[in-house]
Amino acid sequence: MKKRKLKIAVTGLNAIDSPGPGISVIRALREAASFDVRIIGLSYESLEPGIYMHDLVDRTYSIPYPTAGIDTLLARLEYIHEKEKLDVIIPNFDAELYPFIKLETKLKAMGIHMFLPTLHQFEERQKVNLNEFGKKYNINVPRSKVIHDLSMVYSLQSEFSFPMIVKGKFYDASIAYSIEQVKSYYNKISAKWGLPIIIQEFIHGTEFNVTGLGDGKGNTIAAVPMRKQYITEKGKAWGGISISDEEMLDMTRKFLRTTKWRGGFELELMKNKDGELYMLEINPRLPAWIYLAVGVGQNIPEALVKLAMGEKVKPFTKYTVGKMFVRYSWDMIVDREEFEQISIYGEL
Amino acid sequence: MKLRKNVAVSEAGLLFNPVTGESYSVNPIGVEIINLLREEKSPEDISKFILGKFATDKATFEKDYHDFIGILEHHNLLDSHEETKA
Amino acid sequence: MSKTRYERPVIKKLETGMPNKFGTRTEYEPMTHIDGVAVKDLIKEFGSPLFVISEKTIRDTVKKAKKAFGTRYPKVQFAWSYKTNYLNAICNIFHQEDSWAEVVSGFEYDKAINLGVDGRKIIFNGPDKSEQDLTKAITNDSLIHIDHLDELYSIRELADKLKKRPRVAIRVNMDTGVYPMWDRFGFNYENGQAWDAINKIMHSEKMELVGLHCHIGTFMLSPFAYGTAASKLSELALAVEQKFKHEIKYIDMGGGFASKNTLKGSYLPGTDTNPTFDDFAEAISTVLLNSNFKKDKLPLLILETGRALVDEAGYLLGSVISNKRSSTGRRNTIIDVGVNILFTSFWYDHKITPAQPFTHYSEDTCLYGPLCMNIDVIRESANLPLLNMGDHIVIHNVGAYNMTQWMQFITLRPNVVLIDLDEKPHLIRIKESLENMNSMERVPSHLTFDR
Repeated sequence: MKKRKLKIAVTGLNAIDSPGPGISVIRALREAASFDVRIIGLSYESLEPGIYMHDLVDRTYSIPYPTAGIDTLLARLEYIHEKEKLDVIIPNFDAELYPFIKLETKLKAMGIHMFLPTLHQFEERQKVNLNEFGKKYNINVPRSKVIHDLSMVYSLQSEFSFPMIVKGKFYDASIAYSIEQVKSYYNKISAKWGLPIIIQEFIHGTEFNVTGLGDGKGNTIAAVPMRKQYITEKGKAWGGISISDEEMLDMTRKFLRTTKWRGGFELELMKNKDGELYMLEINPRLPAWIYLAVGVGQNIPEALVKLAMGEKVKPFTKYTVGKMFVRYSWDMIVDREEFEQISIYGEL
Repeated sequence: MKLRKNVAVSEAGLLFNPVTGESYSVNPIGVEIINLLREEKSPEDISKFILGKFATDKATFEKDYHDFIGILEHHNLLDSHEETKA
Repeated sequence: MSKTRYERPVIKKLETGMPNKFGTRTEYEPMTHIDGVAVKDLIKEFGSPLFVISEKTIRDTVKKAKKAFGTRYPKVQFAWSYKTNYLNAICNIFHQEDSWAEVVSGFEYDKAINLGVDGRKIIFNGPDKSEQDLTKAITNDSLIHIDHLDELYSIRELADKLKKRPRVAIRVNMDTGVYPMWDRFGFNYENGQAWDAINKIMHSEKMELVGLHCHIGTFMLSPFAYGTAASKLSELALAVEQKFKHEIKYIDMGGGFASKNTLKGSYLPGTDTNPTFDDFAEAISTVLLNSNFKKDKLPLLILETGRALVDEAGYLLGSVISNKRSSTGRRNTIIDVGVNILFTSFWYDHKITPAQPFTHYSEDTCLYGPLCMNIDVIRESANLPLLNMGDHIVIHNVGAYNMTQWMQFITLRPNVVLIDLDEKPHLIRIKESLENMNSMERVPSHLTFDR
């Protein structure tokens, strides 16, 4: 029987050294057992490699940055929808989630489905709220303090021991070993990302990640833990291996059960030398290494699309342990005309 | 004022400089001017042509023309040898 | 044959970023008319620059705010914050929409009385009230919101002298989890100052404690902070009820609601992220309804929001004086609107649109005002179409604070026009003249020239 064909738009085509998840998501969708796809790439910049990967992306349209506002984004999506009759959009950047969540009802009315966390879930897991989040859901998180004022730095010494982590509201984190370093990172990070700054207890240990999918009712549809084996200068995994750790899976299931998380996610976890597990961060989208999940038996993007379409999905219960991913880069040869085409007309 | 050799502008306003590898976009009136420069027309001829076709006055166009030439120069799109001769 | 519309020639390097054809297109969607009146005609008749206020937008916004609070809480009263915009015509629109007056100086108090506002419907806030001001307010039975103990004692003395029982409230400051915490006004909640002041008022018996007031900050982006504040004021009101068997008639939550402007440095535009009246109303009314007030004893909820009610109704029209290029090749455009009349450009990236149609070609432009002062920058970077000298622009969301904080500096302040509901423009403030300015000056005779 011929499989139905879904038209799915995907962002995050920046398969560069600090890659967006788009290309991995697209590979997963192309391998979906339950449907065929036409893939529409949505790009922000004209050098996102995915734009030129014609065997993976059927057509790409530029979309405006979130700074241009929701109305501008909606107008552009309406234009794209008119041409492509989209079934599903999968946004893959943290920064674009806010506008897409706000647009969910409007897009639904146009016939475009998404499967995103609610605005409340999205806000609750922001870094500045992590302490509260841990308390509310009884999840072990590192102690942290939000500071708005450089003078508050001095009082930290009684509450935290060195080293401590100095984090920006949205991005950036540095490890500080002295008050002088805290001050210097405070200034650097606040200049770039604004206030407040988050001071976090440093957990010595090994970092793990879990990606998965929640159905919005508290059920775990998918969950795959991974340990990074090789980390680039930018802190991204260049190789990783699927592992079996009941405690991590328990924490993931608890996270999904208590928050009723809706959509894909990535948890950043840390296990200290005493074996205690901490949740460091909750990324409200699929990670760039999502293809490993497909490789070990859980096609999470396919399941996400089905949930978005309102279909029932049976939870994955197994995955292969000990499978690795090793990332590589690849130089494509591209005609200048293609670059000019996407730059000038915003379509390729 | 002379354009660098090899600098070509397409109908759609795309300009590629093969020496530097940069691409540019040019608006329609800019395309007209670049094509006139290619034909080695004098500033006076260009001014006359533009004033005949577009609704503007001489002073405005001359100011904008010099600004445009300045930017072409800034982007290294003019033949500098030609300029030193002139 | 008619000639093609002229646009100056431009050449732009293709960046790897967003093509301008889409990206920020709506930023320069032209705005040719305001409430049906052509920008061109307004400038022709009233000059440039020109403030234009839409009466329709004000009334629509007030209705929206009233609906947001009125559907959630049974007793709501708005008080127009004079300092936000105290042009007489504007105040009267709010008074026609049933707003009381909220004033913070003797000048504003007199303005309200002059406009015919009932003294009992004037809320007198602020740290600076002279004996003369207080005497007027007590005589007129206005609501005096006490800021500090010195003021409390002055009122107590005046009450004796005037043989009146002044109606007072105290302003309470508190920690609502927002930064910065405004603790310079009023009495602190957490350290007991507020409770102390309440006891002093209650025991003196010379004043009637009618309300409790707070004002937690400005351009607030978190509705939840209002919930926290409402809960602390409720606790105080209930404590008064319990200890003195005295009913607090109203809780005044102040103002500070953000408008739709975009603060400098924000990533997402204010139109997308800033809370709506519904968000603020939900946070405040939920707390009040859930508190322990008996159903028939719910206090009146007073709101003093200014900015969020008037910002979007105000436009500032301007014209291009010149286009220049900086030494680095960047486009600089000089307009006739300076920071002296657009004070808020220090805080916001105001939305700016052309007043005539344009092609999609654009340039990243720095917009300078006309003042011979380096700080006179209206937008450091705006992606604008190719404006010609003499073209008009519309600056959006300028209704709050600009027409009160503006300065007569280097140039004179321009006309202000109100467009009424029938799309008819009215001059509501005449532009300043040299005679106006000179009429206030005196030159000693030894400095006078003989002509």
